[in-house]
Amino acid sequence: MEALKYIGAIISLFGSIFLFLGALGLIRMPDVYNRIQAGTKASTLGTILTLLGIGLIMPSWGGKLFILIMFVIITNPVSSHVLSRAAHHIGVNMYKNTVTDLLEKDENNTNSKPEKQ
Amino acid sequence: MDSLTIILFVAAGFILLALLLALYRFIKGPHTTDRVIAFDVMSIAGIALIAMISLFSSRIIYLDVAIVYGLLGFIGVIIIAKYLERSL
Repeated sequence: MEALKYIGAIISLFGSIFLFLGALGLIRMPDVYNRIQAGTKASTLGTILTLLGIGLIMPSWGGKLFILIMFVIITNPVSSHVLSRAAHHIGVNMYKNTVTDLLEKDENNTNSKPEKQ
Repeated sequence: MDSLTIILFVAAGFILLALLLALYRFIKGPHTTDRVIAFDVMSIAGIALIAMISLFSSRIIYLDVAIVYGLLGFIGVIIIAKYLERSL
C-alpha cells in the first residue's frame, strides 16, 4: 500500500513536468498554430497523469477523478481545434518556414466545386 | 516531512511555474489567439493545481470546484473562438 503511494507521487511529478514543458513550448514556439499544438497536447497529457497519480495516492477518490479525466480528454482537443480553425478563419499569419496549408487547399476545393458544374 | 510530501510539493511547484509561464504569454502575446490559448493552458494547469490542493488538505469537495472551473474555461474558449469567427 505504501509503494502504491510512491508510484502515484512519481506519476504526478511526471505529469507536472509535462505541464511545465507545455507552458515552456507556449513561450518558445514562433507561431500561433505551433503554440496551440505545444500547449494543448502536452497539457492534456500532463493533467491526465497528475490526476492519475492523485487517484493512486487516494484510491477512494477514484470516481470523481475519473469524471475529471474523461472531461479533460473530451473537451481539451475540441477547444484547441475550434480555436485553430478560428485563427485560420480570421487570417493569422503562419511562420515563414511553413511547408503546407491543407485547410486552405480544402476550402478552395469545396468552394470551386459548384462553379465547375 | 517524509519524502512523499516533498515529491508532491515539487510537483505542485512545477505546476505553479507552468501557470506563471502561461501568464507571461497571456500578458505579452502579440495576437488575440495567443492570449486565448494561454488562457486555455492556464485553466488546464489550474485544474491540476486544484486537485493537488485538495490532496494536500485531504478534502474531496475541492474536486467539484475543479470540475466547474474546467467547464467554465471550456465554454469560455468556445465562445471566444465563435466570436473571433464572427458567427456569434
